Amino acid sequence: MGTTSEKNWEPKIVAFLCNWCSYAGADLAGVSRFQYPPNIRIIRLPCSGRVSANMILDALRSGADGVLVSGCHPGDCHYISGNLFARRRFALLNNLLEFVGIEPGRVNFSWVSASEGEQFAEVVKEVTDKVKKLGPSTRLVKRIG
Amino acid sequence: MSNKKNQQGNTGALSEVSGSVLVVGGGIAGVQAALDLADSGFYVHLVEKSAAIGGGMSQLDKTFPTNDCSACILSPKLVECGRHLNINLLTLSELVSLEGEPGSFKAVVKQNPRYVDPDKCIACGTCAEKCPKKVVNEFDMGLGKRKAIYLKYPQAVPLKYAIDAEHCIWLNKPGRCGMCEKVCPSKAINFDDKPTEHVLEIGSVIMAPGFKPFDPSKLDYTGYGRLPNVVTSMEFERLLSPSGPCMGHMERPFDGKEPKKIAWLQCVGSRDINRACHGYCSSVCCMYAIKQAVIAREHSESGDLDASIFFMDMRTHGKEFEEYYNRAASEGVKFHRARIHSVLPSGENDNLRVRYAGEDGEIRYEDFDLVVLSVGLEMPQQAIELAAKAGVSLDADKFIVTDPFKPVSTSRNGVFVCGAAAEPKDIPQSVMEASAAALEAGRILAPARWKDTKKKEYPPEKNVYSEPPRIGVFVCSCGINIASVVDVEAVTEYAKTLPGVVLAQNNLFTCSQDTIDQMEETIRREGLNRVVVASCTPRTHEPLFQETLRNAGINKYLFEMANIRDQDSWVHQNEPEAATEKAKDLVRVAVAKVRGDAPLPYNSVKVTKSALVIGAGVAGMTAAVSLADQGFPVTLVERKDDIGGHARKFYRTWQGNPVQDYLASLVDTVKSHENIDLKCGVSVKGVSGSVGNFTTVLTDGTELKHGVSIIAVGAGSFKPDSDSRWNYLYGKNPNVHTLLELDQKFIAEDSSLSGINQTVFIHCVGSRVPERPYCSRVCCTHAIDQALKLKELNPDMDIFMLYRDIRTYGQRERLYQEARAKGIIFIRYDLENLPAVTEEGGNIKVTVKDPIIDAEVELNPDMLVLATAVRPKVDVHDLAKFFKCSIRADGFLMEAHMKLRPVDFATDGIFLAGLCHYPKPMDETIAQAQAAASRASIVLSQDEIPAESITAQVDPRKCTGCAVCTEVCAYNAVSIDEATEKAVVNEAMCKGCGACVAGCRSDAITLKNMGNEQIMAELETIMDNW
Repeated sequence: MGTTSEKNWEPKIVAFLCNWCSYAGADLAGVSRFQYPPNIRIIRLPCSGRVSANMILDALRSGADGVLVSGCHPGDCHYISGNLFARRRFALLNNLLEFVGIEPGRVNFSWVSASEGEQFAEVVKEVTDKVKKLGPSTRLVKRIG
Repeated sequence: MSNKKNQQGNTGALSEVSGSVLVVGGGIAGVQAALDLADSGFYVHLVEKSAAIGGGMSQLDKTFPTNDCSACILSPKLVECGRHLNINLLTLSELVSLEGEPGSFKAVVKQNPRYVDPDKCIACGTCAEKCPKKVVNEFDMGLGKRKAIYLKYPQAVPLKYAIDAEHCIWLNKPGRCGMCEKVCPSKAINFDDKPTEHVLEIGSVIMAPGFKPFDPSKLDYTGYGRLPNVVTSMEFERLLSPSGPCMGHMERPFDGKEPKKIAWLQCVGSRDINRACHGYCSSVCCMYAIKQAVIAREHSESGDLDASIFFMDMRTHGKEFEEYYNRAASEGVKFHRARIHSVLPSGENDNLRVRYAGEDGEIRYEDFDLVVLSVGLEMPQQAIELAAKAGVSLDADKFIVTDPFKPVSTSRNGVFVCGAAAEPKDIPQSVMEASAAALEAGRILAPARWKDTKKKEYPPEKNVYSEPPRIGVFVCSCGINIASVVDVEAVTEYAKTLPGVVLAQNNLFTCSQDTIDQMEETIRREGLNRVVVASCTPRTHEPLFQETLRNAGINKYLFEMANIRDQDSWVHQNEPEAATEKAKDLVRVAVAKVRGDAPLPYNSVKVTKSALVIGAGVAGMTAAVSLADQGFPVTLVERKDDIGGHARKFYRTWQGNPVQDYLASLVDTVKSHENIDLKCGVSVKGVSGSVGNFTTVLTDGTELKHGVSIIAVGAGSFKPDSDSRWNYLYGKNPNVHTLLELDQKFIAEDSSLSGINQTVFIHCVGSRVPERPYCSRVCCTHAIDQALKLKELNPDMDIFMLYRDIRTYGQRERLYQEARAKGIIFIRYDLENLPAVTEEGGNIKVTVKDPIIDAEVELNPDMLVLATAVRPKVDVHDLAKFFKCSIRADGFLMEAHMKLRPVDFATDGIFLAGLCHYPKPMDETIAQAQAAASRASIVLSQDEIPAESITAQVDPRKCTGCAVCTEVCAYNAVSIDEATEKAVVNEAMCKGCGACVAGCRSDAITLKNMGNEQIMAELETIMDNW
């Protein structure tokens, strides 16, 4: 229900959060009432290792202006090493994104633990600011009709 | 402890020992104790004197230090308790007598008539609407009215009306009214209801009668009862509560005006031996006053509420309390160090004038719109009578007597106590003790585990494969937590338009028992085959709703939640429109997700019935013995070569009990226990597996299989570095000691101590400072007790205490009073004016500014004692990584929930106890260790526990056998079948992380109910309408 008119444009950001750290961190932000911009929609996944390159590309294709992937800090993964696979996967994906012309700052990765409510609110603020500066994403958006 | 050592082998007692326990008191402590016992194989009779369980916590608005909504976190526990197959809830009941011995008691319980048949009452409220008799509502602390037929509070468990016999017109004059009987649609009213007597055969008893807020009407100086705008803290709690008399709009009780300036007066009915007759500190009032000030400022419409707290010592000694205090102060709550002389009317608008002495000694007057009295906690008269009936002793303050080394045991064998009835305490401490009491009550009945319990049977599940989706959406207002920001009506209407949704409704509290029951009925009636709840976070509430689906014959995986509170209304408080749009988006996505969900099988795994306890200090040893006594094999691992931990350095507890004698017998029990395998000089090298089946490798190469783990690795003590500003000549002058070093002199009976003429103690050395903001909780009491010991050795010794706030919480206050009476001098300092310690020719000189006389004081002590901070261990990080536990910024381990799960970690099957959680004295450490053992017993007493159902699945038609999945799987759950050359998943080992799914090149692996297509559908649904 966001509007695409230049003036009132607000970025749409999709966040993939792992259930054990970052989703819990997002809950803690709420419990502690740390406010952050309402431009984010969270998809809860078991682990950041569940996030594939395809999912990020699909988010951009379906019109997201920004993507945030957040998992447990290295070493804290509930599933031992899922976040490390995620990290490797995204290091590679970054090269591809750059190659196809996706600006740095549209796709973001962070580590937020279950005890970092304030940190989560900060990350959302930062990512929203970054994407706002970049403007609407047009590169991969499906244009039908 | 040693006399129970062989009890678990004594199976001959099976026929005699009862498998049931009586819990008296249905507050949070009683409820937690009942749940722990019922979940670990015992049948519980829970006796509550009022019409519903919930106790004092149900009356609170928010809880400190997380500002969690009290009803929101309590409600799921109450519902669980009310629905538990092995808890027999007896409301309106009281204990009449208790006879017998541990293992076989006979209790007589009298149940008063409800005059409403609970089996027929549907809680529609028609009776209360028509009832002509208005009665003062005690749940709202007398600030509101209810009817003579009433529901105790909106989320009451059981959700059944009751008639107040004292006020009912019919019961006092039969034939006069009877309106409720006429209008009740289910014919539930029974005026002929009579008291019933239950004779219960039980093996042990837990007393949890709770507290009563102090009644300040006898304290004339407060103006309470005379001046309309003087309220107690419990009354103010109701004024803030969304279910309170003014629906959460903060108003003055009589004129309904919003107060702009509020004062909180601390220590009303506490720390007052003259007028209130209560010498003890009530422990919780400082924190709840700060919380009320913070929340009141949030409630205030203009946002500029002037909040002042008048206090003597700020006692924020719990986990995260000091940080909360600092944050409140920085956000503008004012703190005045003064005890109020009097509260006077100020002439206009019923405002109030407060007279107090400022820190400079000047008398000041300040006007307020509202004065809140931070009243203390005391033992209710009924609880005093109850203690007499149960045959347990009370102390001089009328609290139930316990032993520091057996913190939940009363004077009568087989009768245990938890919560505020043993000493004023906060909710986490009460919950800890509740689990500890459950452990103790169950330990003596271990042979009779599962003897008296019933087994849960679910109705057969409906096969929904062939049906089109029929989705029900339940949108929660959460009181005003969601509804004050999000337009819940609009969200509900929107939900009705979504594909597959056949029903959407809005509820005040979706997690309350009535809504849960109604949801179950709605699922059946409407033939729903999928459900979405839009409320708080699935991390806490998903299990409750999933259980409801199962009870209604629907597979529990056909359920989704939309988190419109924690991740919406609470984080977009000033953007109601955007928050409402976001709530609609979240509901739309949840509906799209649930449409694609498939029913999944309920998997389970066998439990390895043994425990690993890490750390052999008092906490670890207590936990190990507690489990071993119940017959569970325990491996106790200690990194050092000898056991005992910190306690080896302690002289006595604050109650005066020698620690070394106790420690020696505990060490002896541990070393000789047949179920404890003690391993010293080793530590943990690696951990794999999950609840029920862990495998831990130790540094000596041993591989241990265990079902649960308890982490009790303790903490270290802060040793001031020579260059830090907290050094105070430590390590440089031989007469400067830490508290523990002085204790060792006491243990060694060092005769030189009695020759000392002057001793100075400096408090808060390294605690409550910018680099370590927390309070170390134990040092005030420890230092004062040491000062008293020095006075015993040499009554003429001059002793000075340089302190910031004296935090002798609870009954420890007695020591502080004694110290003052014995002439120990207390001089307060603050962070800006630290005491200066210098040395001249080996003599120590301490200079400090005394704020009372406003002058520098010079002291020349023979001995300087530093109350140094308790510091978390640095190497706990490795252990936390092995077990996937979180660590807080201050270095202490982070429990699953600060209030209600104080010994659990977020990861199942791992528990914590002792100083690695937070600094605490020995009695609290022992209680916490027993609590951890209780929680662990719940797992160990089951043969099987539920296992992951959301597992990976291979489509062999797509699989190319590339084996990437086998490499990314951290659990070795995927392998390549040699015959087919395709990947196969071992479901028992799969944890459902989805790493293999994301790694698969051919899209051949999917995660059940979280496959690529489902996530893509979620994505598209989000973007479609946004």
